[in-house]
Amino acid sequence: MEGTPLLSLVIWLPIVAGVLVLATGGDRNAPYARLVALIGAVAGLVVALPLYTAFDPMNAGMQFVERKPWIEMFNVHYYVGVDGISMLFLLLNSFTTVLVVIAGWKVIEKKVAQYMAAFLFMSGLMNGVFAALDGVLFYVFWEAMLIPMFLIIGVWGGPNRVYASIKFFLYTLLGSLLMLVAFIYLYNKSGGSFSIQDYYGLPLTMTEQVLIFLAFFTAFAVKVPMWPVHTWLPDAHVEAPTGGSVVLAAIMLKIGAYGFLRFSLPITPDASHHLAGFMIALSLIAVVYIGLVALVQADMKKLIAYSSISHMGFVTLGIFLFNAFGMEGALVQMISHGFISGALFLCVGVLYDRMHSRQIADYGGVVNRMPKFAAFFMLFAMANSGLPATSGFVGEFMVIMGTIKVNFWYAFLAASTLIFGAAYTLWMFKRVVFGAVANEEVEKLEDVSVREFLVLAVLAVAVLAMGLYPLPFTEVMHASVNNLLHHVAQSKLY
Amino acid sequence: MIVPMPNLMVALPEIFVLVMACVILLVDLWVKENRFIAYALTQMTLLFAAWLTLGSFHRQVEFSFSHMFVADAISDTLKLMTYVAVSVTLVYARAYIGLRGLYRGEFFVLALFAMLGMMVMISANHFLVLYLGLELLSLSLYAMVAMKRDSPQATEAAMKYFILGALASGLLLYGMSLIYGATGSLYNNEVALAIMQGVESKALLAMGVVFVVAGLAFKLGAAPFHMWVPDVYHGSPTAVTLFLGTAPKLAAFAFTMRLLIEGLQGSVADWQGMLVVLSVVSMLVGNLAAIAQTNIKRMLAYSTISHMGFMLLGILSGALNGYGAAMFYVVTYVLMSLGAFGMILLLSRRGFEAEHLNDFKGLNQRSPWHAFLMLLLMFSLAGVPPTVGFYAKLAVLQAALQAGFFGLVVVAVLLSVVGAFYYLRVVKLMYFDEPLDNSPIEPQADMQLLLSANGLGVLLLGILPQPLMALCTYAIQHSL
Repeated sequence: MEGTPLLSLVIWLPIVAGVLVLATGGDRNAPYARLVALIGAVAGLVVALPLYTAFDPMNAGMQFVERKPWIEMFNVHYYVGVDGISMLFLLLNSFTTVLVVIAGWKVIEKKVAQYMAAFLFMSGLMNGVFAALDGVLFYVFWEAMLIPMFLIIGVWGGPNRVYASIKFFLYTLLGSLLMLVAFIYLYNKSGGSFSIQDYYGLPLTMTEQVLIFLAFFTAFAVKVPMWPVHTWLPDAHVEAPTGGSVVLAAIMLKIGAYGFLRFSLPITPDASHHLAGFMIALSLIAVVYIGLVALVQADMKKLIAYSSISHMGFVTLGIFLFNAFGMEGALVQMISHGFISGALFLCVGVLYDRMHSRQIADYGGVVNRMPKFAAFFMLFAMANSGLPATSGFVGEFMVIMGTIKVNFWYAFLAASTLIFGAAYTLWMFKRVVFGAVANEEVEKLEDVSVREFLVLAVLAVAVLAMGLYPLPFTEVMHASVNNLLHHVAQSKLY
Repeated sequence: MIVPMPNLMVALPEIFVLVMACVILLVDLWVKENRFIAYALTQMTLLFAAWLTLGSFHRQVEFSFSHMFVADAISDTLKLMTYVAVSVTLVYARAYIGLRGLYRGEFFVLALFAMLGMMVMISANHFLVLYLGLELLSLSLYAMVAMKRDSPQATEAAMKYFILGALASGLLLYGMSLIYGATGSLYNNEVALAIMQGVESKALLAMGVVFVVAGLAFKLGAAPFHMWVPDVYHGSPTAVTLFLGTAPKLAAFAFTMRLLIEGLQGSVADWQGMLVVLSVVSMLVGNLAAIAQTNIKRMLAYSTISHMGFMLLGILSGALNGYGAAMFYVVTYVLMSLGAFGMILLLSRRGFEAEHLNDFKGLNQRSPWHAFLMLLLMFSLAGVPPTVGFYAKLAVLQAALQAGFFGLVVVAVLLSVVGAFYYLRVVKLMYFDEPLDNSPIEPQADMQLLLSANGLGVLLLGILPQPLMALCTYAIQHSL
């Protein structure tokens, strides 16, 4: 395996597969499009696996590095590599893509090739985001992934899809362009380098750091999304097709939090400390306030969307505690939320495909007709509320432990999520699944098909495995997290 | 007195184009029934002119006609781009003008004369030669806009264009005469030298600069001197809009470089502030007004205004890398607008003018390939990677930031978010909506091929922008 450009394969294989899927042509050839897409997605996952098996957990630096000159005029390199922080996300992303392709197998009947290709393109581009070590390369992947998502929401989405897709695009673009200005500033300041690692050692004054931090903040906070710039997410989630919601929740939101870890903290450590209180406050508002908002939602997808924002508040909280418990907890929470939110959106998708309604009020007594489905749904609902032995518990517990070390009252507020989370998730679950059969349409429901069962079962195993034995996930991140914390503790002022 | 014979070789492409324009005019007189001959001759002229320019590519600066005419790397590069732009324009336009009674020899002759004007502008080292080229270009364009005689819209557009263009020319000439008064010369390099050595009347010079910049802004279509742009773009037959919206931008860039950088570099403090205002107002007006348009030609006209504002960011940085960035910006802009107007021509057919935004509805269902090309072009105009429009913005922003225009850069990126909206709207119409009519889209093979190359070129240059960037920087560095 020495010398194989592994990361390039992980990034470009799905994109090439996407082109092949498009080449199958119109909906006459839809079966071929589906098949090619599945092969492409599985191949993408297979080539991503060696990233884990060949990863050296003792090494805190970048691994699988590839570096080639790309745009000499601006000293831009095709520079990719992964460390303990980013590696797991490439796996999670490749894994999710397979599930999404399978989940959209029957449901999507219009423009199948374009749908499948859009997800494959997005998968490759998001892998690129997590692997890029050059500012311009990162930015290119970061922006480019908006295009397929924009189309996915807009073409295959719900009734209000146009509004949601344009809001999604413009919101994100606004943040990213300010980030671009920060990159260019750093490029000029560093004497002509776009390499992210060169920025780590670059001394900056406090004013510069705060401005750069805020520029990055607009980009990443929109993406996470943090309160109060979260309003695009419920719209996007509600209108997106199931696959779009899954990718959005499982991967795309994580990119914002990843950005904080890769850029904000190491490039502007003093500003990060300086503004930590502000970040923690926003995170706690997200956890508590958005948790309450979730409680009153009548639309299942909207409820899960708000629950995502609340859970991502936990992630940003953990990041800005500056201790190992908080940061690793945040990372674990990100991976686990990737599984759980993806699974919950798939569950809603299963119901929606049958009833064409996402309103909680239209359901009731689903368990009588769909017992297998109800069992899966229950597991994921429990995981979402942070039940021990599921992956949801591990991350939240670690972050709360980290928070207690900093301030008891922060931890107190953060821990309230265990109550709110359980309240909104289980209450929704109760209204949808339990009780007497609500109406004739519920009466006609059929239980999950083999295809749906397979997808949900894989996710259920992942959620339980991570909950019972999180070590394989945490051991690869130790070295990198400690290295990052060490770096952030040192001032870059001059 | 014996006047020495000027070195004609330096101006060989210009002379050749002039001769061929006259030949085509004559040929067209005799061969009335077959217009294809005029078309083919024009394309051959462009090809041969490109061969001439390439063959004598100037790595060093060379003067002729008693220093009034200059050939250098920047002029040769821009001329080559101009040939390409005009050639592509004619390919796109052929089917359209054929169906509308404009497929006449005059169209091609006027196009060649306009191009000759651009070439003279690109190669001028003297204010009056610049003016000469500008007028040759403008007069040809006025006539082209008015070629569809029986269309009141086109006539109105031509009239507006003519009157406002004449006003701008007046401003420009007045400014030039003031500069002549202040420095005693009209040669670019002598004006520069005089300013460097210090002029007696700073106020006179500054007045001259003000008028010159105003005239330039008119010709570039920068706000607040942009009034003619939407009306002319809208009123002209689309093929003419395509012509006047693309290649002349290259000439306008050269014009700006020759006047402001080569001639008036010494008064950078005077014109920099003005360009800042022009740039911000252009981006503001262009982007905001474009949102309100329902006609795609008008929308693209406002988009041009905002792009010119963005391009000015590179020039006002007052540094070599900024000029290189601005040149890259103009070249990529021309490439993108060629494609965008080409798409409008593609959707037009006999008796139907595609100029409403709604004509793009459901294009993805009518023809996925063309919708995809238009998608690339729109995202490129919006500056979203991986298309080339992003690198154009990146290069210009980098130069402006290096020159210390921090606030300006932030304003520019915020306004380009506003701009992204109306480009996204086109994508939305193509992909999210149902088509209004289902008439088949069947372009001729040459147009189909070029349009595909044009759209994919935007993507390819976005993945590998290095060669074009390096070419622009090379041209600037070896000329200034």
